[in-house]
Amino acid sequence: MTELHALLLRAARFEIGRRRSAFPQLGGADLDDLAWQSANDALMSVLRRLGDFRGDSRFTTWASKFAIVEAGVKVRKHAWRGREVLLPEAAWPTVADAAPTPHQFAEARDLLAVLRQEIDRQLTPRQRQVFVALTLNNVPIDVLAERLNTTRSALYKTLHDARRRLRAALADRAMGTTGRMP
Amino acid sequence: MTEQGRGDPGRELERMIGPVGPELGCDECFDQLDAYVELELTGVRGDVAMPAMRAHLVGCSACRDDHDSLLAFVRTDPADLA
Repeated sequence: MTELHALLLRAARFEIGRRRSAFPQLGGADLDDLAWQSANDALMSVLRRLGDFRGDSRFTTWASKFAIVEAGVKVRKHAWRGREVLLPEAAWPTVADAAPTPHQFAEARDLLAVLRQEIDRQLTPRQRQVFVALTLNNVPIDVLAERLNTTRSALYKTLHDARRRLRAALADRAMGTTGRMP
Repeated sequence: MTEQGRGDPGRELERMIGPVGPELGCDECFDQLDAYVELELTGVRGDVAMPAMRAHLVGCSACRDDHDSLLAFVRTDPADLA
């Protein structure tokens, strides 16, 4: 048990170390406290879900993911503590800085204009709220889930449904993209 | 609505409207994350072996962060409790 907790603590510290630069407002003591909390919570989850381990990976990899996820969620929530999530207001990307040619600029501007229209036309209020917060305002999904009293999984399902409607609408207007993977 | 600069506008649109094709949910992604990471460590291409998982990692930035961290951690940590 001690070894397992030590593994989870290493994993939590590793994850928090990776995210640290994104959250400069968090001090060292805060971060180590988060790591310990994450390791403790992850240990409880591992023990509760031991029966789910099927040997598809090494036990250490399986157990470590609990600490990685726990720590990531805690850091994001901690960093957003006290920050207001402005749900109706969308931060749209500008195209002027990034488009290398006038033609691409015009195309990107038109696509974004159509997307704005389709967001208003195709999405339910809930889908619009979730889509805008997650994809335009870059609110972390775990933070939004906490504010809306739901789960990451449920929110992603809403986002997935919203995206599907928007892709279909864009395709109908012959403006869809390939959705290629990087 | 306010505006802010990010990256390439075409990529931005793709990021917003997400991947095409079958995609896992976040809970299924969590369940399969460890096996997926170990497949990658053996050199197997994730997009070929588990395309729905790969699609989800493209569409969900939180799960992608979890994946990237677990992969990096397992690569560097020598732990073996077996």
